[in-house]
Amino acid sequence: MIFRPSHFTAVLLFALFASVVFGITQRETPQRMLRYGLYCFLMFVGAAIVLSWVMYFIAR
Amino acid sequence: MATQPSKTAAPPQPQGFVYLPLIAGWLVPGAGHFILGKWIRGALLAASIIGMFILGLAMQGKIYSNGHEILELLGLVGDLGNGLLYIVGRALGLGADSVQVTTADWGSRFIVVAGLLNVIAAVDAHNLRTGRKLA
Repeated sequence: MIFRPSHFTAVLLFALFASVVFGITQRETPQRMLRYGLYCFLMFVGAAIVLSWVMYFIAR
Repeated sequence: MATQPSKTAAPPQPQGFVYLPLIAGWLVPGAGHFILGKWIRGALLAASIIGMFILGLAMQGKIYSNGHEILELLGLVGDLGNGLLYIVGRALGLGADSVQVTTADWGSRFIVVAGLLNVIAAVDAHNLRTGRKLA
């Protein structure tokens, strides 16, 4: 089986898996786990988008 | 006069082999939490870590096998965090021999990060076992 995702799909998958583990391990109650996991996911994806635009303008 | 029990009594000391969740969690992702009866957390951790490892292989990622160079050594340390997944992957010859396409580079990173996340999960199970983490 060969899986060749786009760069953004890879970012989404990476952010999803890492955020689940961070949420569960870094907080103590289910509600706080969910909130922290969501926060991590948004930060992962948001940082990737912002850095992508930065690199786009640097390259021009 | 009867003495009142102290309200600030020390927490009960954990009984048995306290490193079992740590070792089990390292060998099998999520197993440390399963041992402690945290079924949902263990299942989510296992799905995330195993999923990341499998996707890394499917993206033709490389499983590091030697540490002749510093970057290879760092990759090897990360991969070793996968426990039995790493051992089985090496035994079956899974993973690409060399990184030839872009997605393979991402796949190698997925495998390394899966190992690092598994170490975090195993340490979390150990903290739950020792009482350092309450719930």
